[in-house]
Amino acid sequence: MADLTTPRSFQEIILRLQAYWAEKGCAIMQPYDMEVGAGTFHPATTLRSLGTRPWSAAYVQPSRRPTDGRYGDSPNRWQHYYQFQVIIKPSPPDLQEIYLGSLKAIGIDMDLHDIRFVEDDWESPTLGAWGLGWEVWCDGMEVSQFTYFQQVGGHDCHPVSGELTYGLERLAMYVLDCDDGNEMPFNDPDADIPLTYGDVFREAEAQYARWNFDVADTDILLQHFKDAEAECARILEQPADDLKTGRHIIMALPAYDQAIKASHVFNLLDARGVISVTERQAYIGRVRTLTKMCADAFVQTDAGGAASP
Amino acid sequence: MPDLLLELFSEEIPARMQRKAADDLKRLVTDGLVEAGLTYASAGAFATPRRLVLTVEDLTEASPTTTEERRGPKVGAPDKALEGFLRGAGVAREDLEEREDKKGTFYYARITTEGRPAAAIIADLVPQVIRNFPWPKSMRWGSGSLRWVRPLHSILCLLNREDGAEVVGFEVDGIPSGNTTEGHRFMAPGRFSVTSFEDYSAKLKGAFVVLSAEDRAEAIWHDATTMAFAAGLEVVPDKGLLAEVAGLVEWPVVLMGEIGADFLDLPAEVLQTSMREHQKFFSVRNPATGRIERFITVANRDTADQGATIIAGNAKVLSARLADAKFFWDNDLRVARDGMGDWRESLKSVTFERRLGSQSERVERIAALAREIAPMVRADPTAAETAARIAKADLSSEMVFEFPELQGIMGKYYAIEAGLDAEIAAVAEEHYAPLGPTDEVPTAPLSVAVALADKMDLLTGFWAIDEKPTGSKDPFALRRAALGVIRIVLDGSKRISLGPLLAGQVAFNYGASQFGDFQSAYRMLAASADNSGRDFVASDIWDKYLEQAGDVETDIVMEAKKVVPEISQNLLSFFHDRLKVHLRAENIRHDVIDAALAKPPTDDLTLIVARARALQAFLDTPEGENLIQGFKRAANILTQAEEKDGVEYRYGADVKFAETEEERALFKALEAANAAIAPALKAEDFAAAMSHMAHLRGPIDAFFEAVQVNAENDIIRRNRLNLLHQITETCGAVADLTRLEG
Repeated sequence: MADLTTPRSFQEIILRLQAYWAEKGCAIMQPYDMEVGAGTFHPATTLRSLGTRPWSAAYVQPSRRPTDGRYGDSPNRWQHYYQFQVIIKPSPPDLQEIYLGSLKAIGIDMDLHDIRFVEDDWESPTLGAWGLGWEVWCDGMEVSQFTYFQQVGGHDCHPVSGELTYGLERLAMYVLDCDDGNEMPFNDPDADIPLTYGDVFREAEAQYARWNFDVADTDILLQHFKDAEAECARILEQPADDLKTGRHIIMALPAYDQAIKASHVFNLLDARGVISVTERQAYIGRVRTLTKMCADAFVQTDAGGAASP
Repeated sequence: MPDLLLELFSEEIPARMQRKAADDLKRLVTDGLVEAGLTYASAGAFATPRRLVLTVEDLTEASPTTTEERRGPKVGAPDKALEGFLRGAGVAREDLEEREDKKGTFYYARITTEGRPAAAIIADLVPQVIRNFPWPKSMRWGSGSLRWVRPLHSILCLLNREDGAEVVGFEVDGIPSGNTTEGHRFMAPGRFSVTSFEDYSAKLKGAFVVLSAEDRAEAIWHDATTMAFAAGLEVVPDKGLLAEVAGLVEWPVVLMGEIGADFLDLPAEVLQTSMREHQKFFSVRNPATGRIERFITVANRDTADQGATIIAGNAKVLSARLADAKFFWDNDLRVARDGMGDWRESLKSVTFERRLGSQSERVERIAALAREIAPMVRADPTAAETAARIAKADLSSEMVFEFPELQGIMGKYYAIEAGLDAEIAAVAEEHYAPLGPTDEVPTAPLSVAVALADKMDLLTGFWAIDEKPTGSKDPFALRRAALGVIRIVLDGSKRISLGPLLAGQVAFNYGASQFGDFQSAYRMLAASADNSGRDFVASDIWDKYLEQAGDVETDIVMEAKKVVPEISQNLLSFFHDRLKVHLRAENIRHDVIDAALAKPPTDDLTLIVARARALQAFLDTPEGENLIQGFKRAANILTQAEEKDGVEYRYGADVKFAETEEERALFKALEAANAAIAPALKAEDFAAAMSHMAHLRGPIDAFFEAVQVNAENDIIRRNRLNLLHQITETCGAVADLTRLEG
């Protein structure tokens, strides 16, 4: 299926990546329906990398980093952007080769480009997670993160998941040879109504940048953080046996939603500049405590590999 | 004799780990072989991004068979004891021998350990080495349990002799050893087999892999310099980068590209740092102007278009990077030209250390101290204070946030843009120096004042909160800071009394950690304490603080009065220890420094070192060594007599009680020496003082030869002991010679 022609639009790159990883057997999932800072936060990655059950998924995840907002004026920075995420457990022995196949699939000619695996250890203090791997470079540009998860939510990963993250805007700008991401064709440039990335997102970028930096009510956000934190703990405090159905239901996923929420609220507070350096560590620690609790709960569920009671 | 070839083929090994990993592989395998009884002629190890390789030449075929005799229990001992012995020795009862000696008849076992073939030894050893390999960081992958730096894919292990090669068979976590490997990932995919190291390295080269990191680095440097030279330019040398880049490629291809015209005006340090840190590019500069004009990148492959696509891609990435740098630079310039007020304001919200407050508070402490040090180093106090206030402003700049290693360098550029004098601007860069033992010390008076204040504040701060370096742990680089102070003071023989400065700053920092608001209280008090300077801080400030603050906790203040002098003294001792380490390079013995330290003042490093150098130089002469012997003899006799008599012999030696010529000559010589030494000491010319002492050697030797100190006549004896005391006094004028060892 490898199509060596160069893709013509942002969406074609996404479609080709989806088709490629579908062919490699991944479940093509959809984005998680919450605000997250990176594709790793999707429970399909964080929680599913825990436990012994094999797993294989790929998805696009819209991600938000409020501090990266540039009001739509930057050629390569947005507070809302897309990541393409692949997670396979256990990591297959030829994952590097399969990955390189995906670059071919989006039109990168291996005979003309210089692809390198450059050491880059990954760590997410809020997820209590770390792994070893590389930045993958194409002609000096980072096109992906390649990580073998060693620990998530404080739990050692057994077996180990292989995780790939493609920063889609940057990758697409490279493949489509665009210097300004806003000018990048989003759909087919020959379509009746051709749309650029800027047509789709520029307005939103300006609005969110203003809200993120100057308008978001920090008192409300601080309250949201506390609420999410409390709700997460409360959910996990519930006894596993549900009186109504008589079933054993540990609610790790709803609790994890609260952890995601707390994490995003923290990012917003950070963008509002109300978190000092010392407080910063404390907030990160609080989110990590939540994700760890969720991980502890998830490994007791069926999906988390626990033997059914 | 066979040669061993071992290759561990994996996914990409981090460049920074490759060299040590190759060395470790060689050490662990060769040590293991020798321990197992094999010998070899030579060994070599190599690393590329995807492989660790070991070759061992002329290995013995097998370990020798050895026999050992072991004595067992006495004949007739309980069966249990005998059974235990048989088990331990691994022999049967009928193989035992009985032999009689003085103590009785014992069982003896002869234990023969058969020699083992090299292949069997290797098959045991290599899996152990792999499983216990000392990677700085290792990982698991897939469903396995093996740890390696990145997934390990294949193991090639061969013993080859003239008649052919054999695979040494073993398995590690499902990976069997074999005789095949792979070449370049993209240029020569697919596996091939090899029969020897020669065959291996030749085939690898054919498959676009240069095995030796040194060869790769050499090729890169050669091609890079040639290419730059042809364009009339030169490559900025960077050994660390060269080694790293050589660890990122198996088939180095050097390519040169242009830097966009928009970016050529960025400071050279910014271009270099951005290119090196983010892109691992070499900087190429115009030797005439010093401007960075091009970049050199090292690709991992040849391409049909001679690298045109790769250069274009790299240039584009660089432009994006430099656009960021230029964005930071332009934003920073706005703040700088506005006087840097925003940055200094934002240092208030940056915590330096929880107990020591914000960066801004620390800057205030440094500024106050720099002002005080300034006159001692011929700097203008007001300029020193101003310089200290701006020296760390760039820590809040966007550029330094992005590239922390540019701290100080950006500060200098920005201070100039802020309209400050070049001398004040230079302080931003120079006050961090010296960073390493070979780094130059600052010499400009303003930079010296702020550099000393910065380091002394760091040390007193961490001393005040009891975070001293211990063993190998020195997270705040306090040893380096102390060495920096020592080197700056000694450079040009500056005369500074560290004691009051340290005590004042300890009080400052201790107060900050205890009261939080101590800084403002201090300034208020210091202002009203007419010029009494740091001594005031160390002595009276606590009482004044109590008077003024009123309801502040008395306990804390009383505690402070007690501990601040202790902490300061402890810190001064730390300086003494670092001074000993520093002077070791000059071959000045630690006991010589102790001897010098026994003479006050002990906080004037230049004076201490002058004494120590004079003493060491003196000790290195025959006269010196001899005089010390005479001195020690005098001191010993004197001490013994004083202990015995329970009195001190100090005064009243009088030449009129002298009985012998030698005694009279010594009186005379001492008088002459004292007369000559006093002005030398006053002039702090310790070498001259010691040379006058050297003249005493003859008279002292003659005295001991001719005279019995413990004479029958008590008056004569006392007179002689008092004379001995004079010897020790005179000889101890420069340093306390009793501290000398041996």
